[in-house]
Amino acid sequence: MSDKPENNAYWAANIRIVTWCLVIWAIVPFGFGILLEPIMPGLAFWVAQQGSILVFLAIIFFYAWRMNRLDREFGVDEQ
Amino acid sequence: MDQFVLNWIFIGASFALYIGIAIWARAGSTSEFYAAGRGVHPVLNGMATGADWMSAASFISMAGLIAFVGYDNSTFLMGWTGGYVLLALMLAPYLRKFGKFTVPEFIGDRFYSSTARLVAVICLIVASITYVIGQMTGVGVAFGRFLEVDNTTGLLIGAAVVFAYAVFGGMKGVTYTQVAQYVVLITAYTIPAIFISLQLTGNPIPALGLFGDTAGTGQPLLATLDQLVTDLGFAEYTTRNSDTLNMVLFTLSLMIGTAGLPHVIMRFFTVPTVADARWSAGWALVFIALLYLTAPAVGAMARFNITNQFWPDGPQGEAVSVETIETSPEYAWMQTWQKTGLLNWEDLNGDGKIQYYNDANADLQARAEESSWTGNELTKFDRDILVLANPEIANLPGWVVALVAAGGLAAALSTAAGLLLAISSAVSHDLMKGQLTPNMSEASELMSARIAMAVAIAVATYLGLNPPGFAAQTVALAFGIAAASIFPALMMGIFSKRVNNTGAVAGMLVGLIVTVVYIFLHKGWFFIPDTNSYTDAAPLFLGIKSTSFGAVGALLNFGTAILVSNATAAPPKEIQELVESVRIPRGAGAAAADH
Repeated sequence: MSDKPENNAYWAANIRIVTWCLVIWAIVPFGFGILLEPIMPGLAFWVAQQGSILVFLAIIFFYAWRMNRLDREFGVDEQ
Repeated sequence: MDQFVLNWIFIGASFALYIGIAIWARAGSTSEFYAAGRGVHPVLNGMATGADWMSAASFISMAGLIAFVGYDNSTFLMGWTGGYVLLALMLAPYLRKFGKFTVPEFIGDRFYSSTARLVAVICLIVASITYVIGQMTGVGVAFGRFLEVDNTTGLLIGAAVVFAYAVFGGMKGVTYTQVAQYVVLITAYTIPAIFISLQLTGNPIPALGLFGDTAGTGQPLLATLDQLVTDLGFAEYTTRNSDTLNMVLFTLSLMIGTAGLPHVIMRFFTVPTVADARWSAGWALVFIALLYLTAPAVGAMARFNITNQFWPDGPQGEAVSVETIETSPEYAWMQTWQKTGLLNWEDLNGDGKIQYYNDANADLQARAEESSWTGNELTKFDRDILVLANPEIANLPGWVVALVAAGGLAAALSTAAGLLLAISSAVSHDLMKGQLTPNMSEASELMSARIAMAVAIAVATYLGLNPPGFAAQTVALAFGIAAASIFPALMMGIFSKRVNNTGAVAGMLVGLIVTVVYIFLHKGWFFIPDTNSYTDAAPLFLGIKSTSFGAVGALLNFGTAILVSNATAAPPKEIQELVESVRIPRGAGAAAADH
C-alpha cells in the first residue's frame, strides 16, 4: 500500500487534525493554567486544577470521533 | 464494631474478589498472557488502564502534595492527565495497528535493530523496577497501619496476592482484576470526599464543593482557606509561588513521561481494533478524571480541616491545647498516626498549647514574640498520611476508614501487577524469544514469562523490604527515562519515515544518558548521599530542576535522532512500507490473527 495518493491525503488530513488538537492541548494548561496566572489568578487556579483535565477529555473524544469518520471517508476503516 | 475487625473484613473481602476473578480469567496462550487475547471492550480497558495508571502516588500522595502547597502543585494534576492526549493522538492507535505485544518489539522492528530493542528493554526494566519499589513499600506501610502486622508480613501478603493473579492470569487476569480494583479504589476515594464536601460546603460533589461557599458563613471556601493560611504565615493557597520555567517543564515532563511508561502503553495492545484504541484512551481518562477532579477538593478541604483543628477559635484565637489532643476523640487520629512516626508535635515553649504556623515568615515574628511562641510546634506532618488519615480527621464512620485502606491497597497492587507484567513480557518476549532463544515454542515462552514474573515479584519484594532509601527520588528517574528515551523513539517511529536505526539508537542513548547524569548530578550518583555536585535549589543548567529535566532530555533525543538520521542512509524500503501500514487502520485484525 506504499505511496498510494489517497493514503497520503489521509495521512495529511490526520496530521492537520492532530496539530490543531495539540495546539489546544498546549495553550490551555501552559497558557491559561500557568503563564497567564499573574493576570487572571482565579481562572488559572481553576484551569490548573480542573479545567485542563476537562479540555483533555474533550480533545481525546473529539479526535476519536473525527478520526473514525475520516477513516470511513478515505475507506481505510477496519470494517 | 472494632476498627481493626472492620479493616480486616474490607481488605479480606477485596482480596478474595481479586483472587476469584484471577481463577475465572486464567491465561491459556501467549496472546492471552500478553494482550488478553485482544478481546477487551474499550470501556473495560479504560477502567483497567485507570487502575493500572493510578498508583499509590495518585491515591495516597497526590492530594497531600496539593494540600500543603496549593496552586503550584497543580502540575501533578495537569501532567498526569495531559499525557493521555499524547498517548491517544500519537501512540495508541498506531501501536495497536502494529499488532505486536511489547514496546521494545515495536522499537526493534521499526528501527530494524536488535541494539535499539535492547536499549528499549533496559529503559523499560529500569523505569518499571524503580516504580514497582514504591508500590511495594506503599503496600507494606498500608498493611502495617491498618492490619497492625509488621511491615515484612504485610509486604509478603501483598506479594502473594499479586503473585496469585498476575502469574496465572497474565494480562487477562490482570485486566479483569484491575477493573475490580478500579471500582474499589474510586469508591474508596470519593465516599470520604463526598462526606467532607457535605460537611464543609453542603455540596455532595466534591469537585464543585471546592469552588462553592463554606457552609454557615457563605464565604467562598477557597477565599476562607486563603485567609486562614496567610494569617498563619503560609503562602496563599490559590496563587503561584514558584518559578514559571520549572512549573512548565515539570508539567511537560510528567506528560511526556506518562505517554512513555510501558505498562500504560501496553494496555492499548489489548483492545480489538484501532478505533477501539482511540476510544479506550478517552475512557481511561474519564475514569482517571473521576479521581483527579476530586483530588484537589480532597487536598483543599483537608488543609482547611487540619488548620481549623489546630486553631479551633480561628487563627487569631488560642491554639489547641495538648490536653485536648490527648483526650478528645476528635483528635484521636493524631495519637494513631504519631505511633507510625509520620506525625509528631512538641510543646516547644511549654505553654500547654500546640501552635501550628510558618515560623520562617518574618511577618509573624511580632505576634510570635508577643505571645512567646518559639517555633512551629507541629514538628512533623508527612504528606503521604493525608489521604489515609482524612476520614479520621473528619470523624467519619469506621467503615469509611476501612474502605480507604482497601482502596489504597487496590491502587498499589493494580499498578504493581501492571508493571510486573511489563517487566516479564520484556524479559520473556524481547530478551529470551527475541534475542537468546528465538525458536522457543509458545508453551515454553509462556512458562518463561511466568518464571520472569515470579522472579520480578521476588526482586520487587526484596527491594520493598530493603528499600534503597530513595524511592521518592527514583520516581523522577522513572519519568525522566520514559520521557527522554521511550516516548520520542515511539513517536518518531510513527511520524517520520526518515529516522533510521543509527539515529534512533543515538537519540535514545543521548536522551537517556544526559537525563540520568543530570539527575545524578543533583541527587547524588546512584542516589548515594553527598555525591551530588549541585542541588535543586541551585541547579546546573538555566535554573532547571532535575525533576523537570525529562522534557529537555526528550528534546535532546528528538534533535539527535533527526540530525544523525539525516547524515546517514534512509531506512530500507520495507521499513518505510511498515510505517505506511502502521498509519492506516485497515488490516488491524489480520495483524492480531498472526498470534
